[in-house]
Amino acid sequence: MTGSLLTNLRVVAALGGRSVKQTFRRPQLMAPILVFPTLLLAIQVGGAGQAVNLPEFPKVNGFLDFMLAGAMVQATLLAGNSGGIALALDIEMGFTDRLFAAPISRYAIVLGRLAGTAALGALTAIWFIAIGLIFGVRFEEGVPGALFMILVVTASAVAFGGLGAAIAIRSGKASVVQGLFPIAFVILFLSTAFFPDDLLLEPAGTLAKWNPLSFVVEGVRDPVISSLSLEAVGKALAALALVALFGFGLSAAALRSRLRTGG
Amino acid sequence: MSESAQLATVRALVRRGLNEIMRVPGAAIPGVLAPTIFFLGLTAVFGNLTLLPGFTTESYQSFLIPVSLLQAAGFTGAATGVNLARDIEAGWFDRLLASPASRPSLLAGLVLSASFRVLIPAAFLLAVAFALGAHWPGLGGLVIAIVLVMGMAIVAAAWGVSLALRYKSQSAAPLMQAGMLVLILTTTAYAPLALLTGWLQEVARYNPVTQILEAARQGFVGSVTWAETWPGLLALAGLTAILTATALRGMRRATY
Repeated sequence: MTGSLLTNLRVVAALGGRSVKQTFRRPQLMAPILVFPTLLLAIQVGGAGQAVNLPEFPKVNGFLDFMLAGAMVQATLLAGNSGGIALALDIEMGFTDRLFAAPISRYAIVLGRLAGTAALGALTAIWFIAIGLIFGVRFEEGVPGALFMILVVTASAVAFGGLGAAIAIRSGKASVVQGLFPIAFVILFLSTAFFPDDLLLEPAGTLAKWNPLSFVVEGVRDPVISSLSLEAVGKALAALALVALFGFGLSAAALRSRLRTGG
Repeated sequence: MSESAQLATVRALVRRGLNEIMRVPGAAIPGVLAPTIFFLGLTAVFGNLTLLPGFTTESYQSFLIPVSLLQAAGFTGAATGVNLARDIEAGWFDRLLASPASRPSLLAGLVLSASFRVLIPAAFLLAVAFALGAHWPGLGGLVIAIVLVMGMAIVAAAWGVSLALRYKSQSAAPLMQAGMLVLILTTTAYAPLALLTGWLQEVARYNPVTQILEAARQGFVGSVTWAETWPGLLALAGLTAILTATALRGMRRATY
């Protein structure tokens, strides 16, 4: 049992490492994770930075302080999508079939992909924290707050990766997963990722209040603009758990279906 | 090759580009969907920026629609680049290079097809924007906006073609899209110049696409004047000259 567990852990580590390397090798997988969110962050901060002067805007040190969390969560959402595309490409090329034929747990194959997405999530968190530090963001909660941000961003990459993996396994086509790219932006725009919910136009404002992504963003934003509150942390972790359970459940069902039908 | 044969080549390539939409209607969806989602999303998110003192209109839909139209041009141009990269990968483009068709006519066929293809997302975006209350720009304002958007599609397609000829791979797609995204968004896309902050204000001041955007926007947020139109046309002509020259250079260097 222990031997089998160790073997599967080695599989997860090997596939996770492969997934990270694959992302760095393919610009079409890397660009959505770091390049697009960084570009959009820079442009939105410069373009809408005066928003902090609106009377209803929360008190912040600067617009970048507010936007940093949105950029991080955007990156993890897109990392989940990119992970799904990469998994679908593996299925299309027959690589996953060879893994299915190997004496390892099928769930380890999906977990390996998610481990890679988690590593990319941690990387994006560190990347955006570094950008924040360079451009003068004041992290109100200091180092513990930054560590908490890395933890939540990594967890959100895994949760969104579960959704990407489920769609990849179910469809087996990279084009289908890639086609869902715009949906990620719909979810983002209907959350508090880029603006406070009180200042969003309706119906986006109401939808943002109930969007689980808003809770995740608020959890990541809290250590930057105020002190960590138990309520924000609890809501962020609960929202992530909900998304993760949904994604993993769908992944497991899709995996069972693929193994049963053989495609 | 005679002039009429060159024109026939251009027409055939334009028709091929348009046929693709008829043959695979799904292929046009991302080009329509992405700018529409950005238009709806950014309006919902940043719509209250119009409450800031100094904002030039009370309707963010009217302010943003020209940006989305230019984004549509950017996506359409990038798609032209990706399609060319696919043709290169499949070896189909080698056959064109080996034909007696001149390189300028091959380039003209590719970039002109983009200028016609962009009319699909543009029409859809305008319908959505007017349904949501964007101001009617007047016939003159609408014609200027459409001409500029078609021109911008040529610029974006020339950029996409240059990269496709350079990298010969569809994996250059993010570069094609990101290049145009940066060019279009580092302008007065989100707010008037006076309300932009930091580096973006300086970049937007000198980015030629700002002139194109302001010319396309004028009818939606006010009246159409020649003083606001000619800088946009001049900037578009300059960008077209530079990027088509770059693409043509790549086309002339292409071997089979």
